[in-house]
Amino acid sequence: MFLLEHEGKEILRRYGVRTPRGVVVTRDDLDRLDSMVEEYPVIVKAQFLFGGRGKAGAVKKADNPKELREVVEKLFQLEVRGATPERLLIEEFVPHEEEYYISIMASKSDKSLLLLASRYGGVDVEELARMGRHILRISLSPDEAPMDNVYRAVAKTFFGSVDRDLVSKVAGLVKPLFDAVLGEDLLLVEINPLVFLGDGFMALDAKVIIDDNAGFRRDVTGFYEYNRSMTEGERIARETGFAYVPLKGDIAVIGNGAGLVMATLDLVKYYGGEPACFLDVGGGASADRIAKALEVVYREVSPKRIFINIFAGITRCDEVAKGIVEAVDRVGIPPEMFVIRLVGTLEDVGREILESRGFRVYKDMDEAAKEVVKI
Amino acid sequence: MILPGIIDREVRLLVQGITGRQGRFHTEQMLKYGTKVVAGVTPGKGGQEVHGVPVYDTVEEAVREADPTASIIFVPAPYALDAAAESILNGLSPVVVITEGIPALDTLRMVSMASRRGVRIIGPNTPGVIIPGYTKIGIMPNQYFSEGRVAIVSRSGTLTYEISKQLLDRGLGQRIVVGVGGDYVIGTSFVDVLRALKDDERTDAVVIIGEIGGDDEERAARYIRESGFDKPVVAYIAGRTAPEGKRMGHAGAIVSEGSGTAESKIQSFKDVGAYIAYRPSEVAQIVAEVLGVE
Repeated sequence: MFLLEHEGKEILRRYGVRTPRGVVVTRDDLDRLDSMVEEYPVIVKAQFLFGGRGKAGAVKKADNPKELREVVEKLFQLEVRGATPERLLIEEFVPHEEEYYISIMASKSDKSLLLLASRYGGVDVEELARMGRHILRISLSPDEAPMDNVYRAVAKTFFGSVDRDLVSKVAGLVKPLFDAVLGEDLLLVEINPLVFLGDGFMALDAKVIIDDNAGFRRDVTGFYEYNRSMTEGERIARETGFAYVPLKGDIAVIGNGAGLVMATLDLVKYYGGEPACFLDVGGGASADRIAKALEVVYREVSPKRIFINIFAGITRCDEVAKGIVEAVDRVGIPPEMFVIRLVGTLEDVGREILESRGFRVYKDMDEAAKEVVKI
Repeated sequence: MILPGIIDREVRLLVQGITGRQGRFHTEQMLKYGTKVVAGVTPGKGGQEVHGVPVYDTVEEAVREADPTASIIFVPAPYALDAAAESILNGLSPVVVITEGIPALDTLRMVSMASRRGVRIIGPNTPGVIIPGYTKIGIMPNQYFSEGRVAIVSRSGTLTYEISKQLLDRGLGQRIVVGVGGDYVIGTSFVDVLRALKDDERTDAVVIIGEIGGDDEERAARYIRESGFDKPVVAYIAGRTAPEGKRMGHAGAIVSEGSGTAESKIQSFKDVGAYIAYRPSEVAQIVAEVLGVE
């Protein structure tokens, strides 16, 4: 789960990383702006669930209350990648010279907690790599706290020096980041730009991703992305435990297994159709579950057709068939909307149930896909 | 037969979480397949039996009494790291982690602990490993696999069964099928499996079923070139139409900020001379052509 900048900074502060003084405003605060900001200049930053905001014009400076009002109104109307911000972060302006980069991520390829640092912050890390800038890479283990050598390497990277005082300032930054990663189940914490103010570091930005799988031991329900304009269908999907992603086309795709459903989307597209959603019912789905998935899809993406692609292992074709029948009878989904491909465990039983209700049941995924695109 | 590098010795399997619904069901399925399931562990349920398999309270006890060599884990996500650690400490390998939804930090801990002790972790979030005609440490349906000379390595479950069945329909059985798992961090990568297959005399061709997210496929492609891997490789990558920033079911299946795209993976495999299948059904077709099977 991607956190908004101000949410990420709250976590950083809790672990002892300094951030600029700031306040979060929503549209409801427009009339109270003057009382919320005391000192100028300030930096106003639209809170989006993605990076690259500087380039998108989502970060602006204001020198007085009048400018602040203008900037705030403008940013609330700003549209970037189809989204407009619901929150802005207004922060004290922090004068600085050098900008640095630091991040720690759970690295898939490294199978470690990978620390990256560079003395050239302000641009993204991919850009740094392209520019041929030195990027310090250290693989940390979740079971061993970083030792002084790590802090020395970062100090050397940032300042070209392992001066005792600088090293201890670096420790005062890196150790809290490491602790935050472990303490909050972060997949990524990235500070860019990071600035040095003589008496220590300050995080001017924060990009933080929390592991969705850690929900059983961390409360993640308070974050913006968790509550963000989730559709009814997405909510039901989360409660029911199926993976559901609404898309833009008109052919709803439902199947069992993430890989199979992705492959089915690709196949629909290959034959010239446009998928309306990705829905993985998971393994061993009951008739009820199937009917519920169909209901979500039917109500929410208003598909022209529904493509069901089941390759049954633990899943049983008879349950799938019963679920489809239930969706037709109870939810009122028109039978002609379906294109059904059913193979595997209890295939014959499932086929019989469906054929007795007048459905055609496909065995071959390609044939079914060719049929479904004929809208 | 065993495949050194992935399964190094004759398999005598321990099932962790054997008394749960999944553990019971798949223990029975594995026994039917011919897997030597010699013990189960569920703390507090020692002394019971599941389909004739003795259940112990601890792995240490199971090792003493039944001499297992490998483990499969059906324990729920909050307890999976602890369960894996118990097998790792007792030297079982591989440890196949079926559990879905384990936090990435727990997997990192699991993997680093295992690598220090020379233990192989397969998964998490995997259907497991099957060597048709020999053993199954996993949950894949038995009927879609049969002895043969095509190796499959995959990040997905059902899509693997689909492709495996289509190979069977053309008379092509499998040497080994390894599900590496759909999670963000996994213990065994495509490269690990390719390394084991490189000089395997029982393997004629390799099918790689990848998907969006991460760079395991790109690394596999690099390995193919750098190692002079000379068996034909057929790659299928799922998720070409997945939108950026959306997690497609698997924790690891996400394109973020332009990295982990299907295009990049397909291009990497093309560059090293692998065959690319654009539809699942093309995989078996290409393998058959490459091996000259009609």
